[in-house]
Amino acid sequence: MMDDTEVLLEKKEMRFMLLFSRQGKLRLQKWYTATAERDKKKMVRELMQVVLARKPKMCSFLEWRDLKIVYKRYASLYFCCAVEEQDNELITLEVIHRFVELLDKYFGSVCELDIIFNFEKAYFILDEFLMGGEIQDTSKKSVLKAIEQADLLQEEDESPRSVLEEMGLA
Amino acid sequence: MPAPIRLRELIRTIRTARTQAEEREMIQKECAAIRSSFREEDNTYRCRNVAKLLYMHMLGYPAHFGQLECLKLIASQKFTDKRIGYLGAMLLLDERQDVHLLMTNCIKNDLNHSTQYVQGLALCTLGCMGSSEMCRDLAGEVEKLLKTSNSYLRKKAALCAVHVIRKVPELMEMFLPATKNLLSEKNHGVLHTSVVLLTEMCERSPDMLSHFRKLVPQLVRILKNLIMSGYSPEHDVSGISDPFLQVRILRLLRILGKGDDDSSEAMNDILAQVATNTETSKNVGNAILYETVLTIMDIKSESGLRVLAINILGRFLLNNDKNIRYVALTSLLKTVQTDHNAVQRHRSTIVDCLKDLDVSIKRRAMELSFALVNGNNIRGMMKELLYFLDSCDPDFKADCASGIFLAAEKYAPSKRWHIDTIMRVLTTAGSYVRDDSVPNLIQLITNSVEMHAYTVQRLYKALLDDISQQPLVQVASWCIGEYGDLLVSGQCEEEEPIQVSEDEVLDVLEGLLVSNLSTPVTRGYSLTAIMKLSTRFSSLNRIKKVVSIYGSSIDVELQQRAVEYNALFKKYDHMRPALLERMPIMEKTATNGPSETVQTNGETDSTILDTKHLPSISQPASQVGFLKHGFSIQTCAHFRSNPNPNIAVITIHATNSTEADMTEFVFQAAVPKTFQLQLLSPSSNVVPAFNQGSVTQVIRVLNPQKQQLRMRIKLTYTHKGSPVQDLAEVNNFPPQSWQ
Repeated sequence: MMDDTEVLLEKKEMRFMLLFSRQGKLRLQKWYTATAERDKKKMVRELMQVVLARKPKMCSFLEWRDLKIVYKRYASLYFCCAVEEQDNELITLEVIHRFVELLDKYFGSVCELDIIFNFEKAYFILDEFLMGGEIQDTSKKSVLKAIEQADLLQEEDESPRSVLEEMGLA
Repeated sequence: MPAPIRLRELIRTIRTARTQAEEREMIQKECAAIRSSFREEDNTYRCRNVAKLLYMHMLGYPAHFGQLECLKLIASQKFTDKRIGYLGAMLLLDERQDVHLLMTNCIKNDLNHSTQYVQGLALCTLGCMGSSEMCRDLAGEVEKLLKTSNSYLRKKAALCAVHVIRKVPELMEMFLPATKNLLSEKNHGVLHTSVVLLTEMCERSPDMLSHFRKLVPQLVRILKNLIMSGYSPEHDVSGISDPFLQVRILRLLRILGKGDDDSSEAMNDILAQVATNTETSKNVGNAILYETVLTIMDIKSESGLRVLAINILGRFLLNNDKNIRYVALTSLLKTVQTDHNAVQRHRSTIVDCLKDLDVSIKRRAMELSFALVNGNNIRGMMKELLYFLDSCDPDFKADCASGIFLAAEKYAPSKRWHIDTIMRVLTTAGSYVRDDSVPNLIQLITNSVEMHAYTVQRLYKALLDDISQQPLVQVASWCIGEYGDLLVSGQCEEEEPIQVSEDEVLDVLEGLLVSNLSTPVTRGYSLTAIMKLSTRFSSLNRIKKVVSIYGSSIDVELQQRAVEYNALFKKYDHMRPALLERMPIMEKTATNGPSETVQTNGETDSTILDTKHLPSISQPASQVGFLKHGFSIQTCAHFRSNPNPNIAVITIHATNSTEADMTEFVFQAAVPKTFQLQLLSPSSNVVPAFNQGSVTQVIRVLNPQKQQLRMRIKLTYTHKGSPVQDLAEVNNFPPQSWQ
């Protein structure tokens, strides 16, 4: 059972990533450190408030609690990363952008509704792109190919039935 | 039994709910259906049900009853089940629940699965949320996969290893052999994650760091190839080849080059090359430049390179993109001590940033401006800073005022200028000035003997205008009490002396006593001032009358003062002149070395407060680490009474001057990676009110690298029935505690 001191000592570059809408609806949450459910809810609520209150002309970085928040708005969605003090915020912006590009390629001109109705796929893509907050592969093609292959595997799972049907035996 | 509703169908349905209540009802209905489906051990639809549960969980509804179902999905043979199962595990489970350990065996099997995508799922889950126990059990499997030739798995194993090392640092050694050929990989995914792994190992262990220094030439080569190679569509971002990898390599080089002449020299050329050749029109190029600057500043680079780096930052300051300006100011703040002259050249641009619209940029510009103030530019800088003080947000005013006072004290070109500056701050931001400024200012004024008449006159005039700003009022009261005789005798040389009578002065002071705007502290100041005037003015009767009235004040503090002053008049009148005579010059108690700026949490929220460095504390070894309304933590570093020179023993004393006890008080601390911390048991977990006692706790810090001791502290306690949590950084340990 991990106590709170350990939480402090375990330094992770990216602590969590959130996606939420202009209306404050959470669309995705990925936590890279173990946090109690009610703390997560509190942090999400607070952070959404802080970010949504930002004016368009302000910079993409802000200090919140002991973390730095890097956020960017894409259409109706805010992409929000909480990183450690020492990080390079500019490259975090690029990480966010890469994730958006992956979603865009996968869904074909992605919009918020895609993320809402296919949230699990958004997670799959995120988990193929980042692990523990770090990039797994810097090639867009490579990440998308892996997702594609995994999707195919999923389809194969669901199709034995149709093979029999095809043979006229079902 | 009809098949459970599909996921997308459910999402569609829930979105049609027009009210929160309607949504809740739909969710409850669906949850009930899901629960009975789980009870029936339905394998076919388990996946679909868990997926729906995850959706509802995201909306904020409880989903803990799905935890075991996730485990069943993970154990299934179907890929779809595993995919959702692992996702569910990552969302619903974490190491805080004992049930998570049940995953270990499944993950172990899946790490050895014949399908790489299943292995990938297992690695990802372990690498994101594996507990220490899981990591211990599965480290061997991860190490095996780190040596595979399958780059898909190898890259994931590397990041998984990073997580394992973070959770169980002792296991780091076992991954060493597998790192041998990591950098010879062509695959960028493997390269990137390998660099991350190497970075983690070097950051954690000085031995690893020395061991991996030999990789510098190879890293330099890889970086060079990235820059020189032609267009590579797979890794290109706005014309730059794999910026993510470039940044990670630069960061690793930074760690390897720090403090090491040879390594720093070996990377000198490539750093200069990146710094001069990177395209700066887009954010991605600037991200690389930024990382390069950070590296140049941290390693032992030649002065030409350092100047190049500072100039890049200077150019950043002029960039239209405010994000770039922000990072520039952050970096300049870090380097201003070591490369002061180079940063000075960009002073005017920095000062311009005070007018920026963005709060974070303004704050950094302000901190940097204070760091750049010196004897030569004090007049010009102070003008800008006073203008900033006038117009900035209330959140800034306290820090700005303190900064101005400090700067004025250090570099004031004349006493007159100094007093004028203080007056300006008190009159424009008087209510934001910190409480400890009042005694500091009083001391300053006392010691500026030739300015007494001028000071008291200006303060008196300020009081006529406005008595709402307490620090101003307090300083003014004190001065009038002290120098009232100069005021009425019209002795001012610096400006036109005003004509004011004793009665008028007493009117003002008595006005402060009765005003609703005055705090009890202010009232105390003005009563004492009135009393002091009894030896400077001739209106004794009036003063005696005022003093006797307040002998029955309901304010205990005022009452006590009045009663004592009364006694002074009645029984000890012979002592009165001596007691109330002019204050002598006050010696400032020795400060502890250079006054370091203590890092705050950069917090504007009043619930998490900044750490303060009080200028003069009596014991040389103790510093105030944390201060909040009435609650203080004092850290006392002992460092001599130790057999092991690498161990600093720090005792913390927590005291509480508020009117309620702080119960269930828990002090926690964390230190940077190169340190180790041991917290011994606290003396108690109640910090009594009214400073009636303190909680002490001993911390032992092992600091083998003799780095500057920094500590992050977390305080949790209950005060007046509510739980409170504070986070703060303590950086002001005296150098002797870590050198």
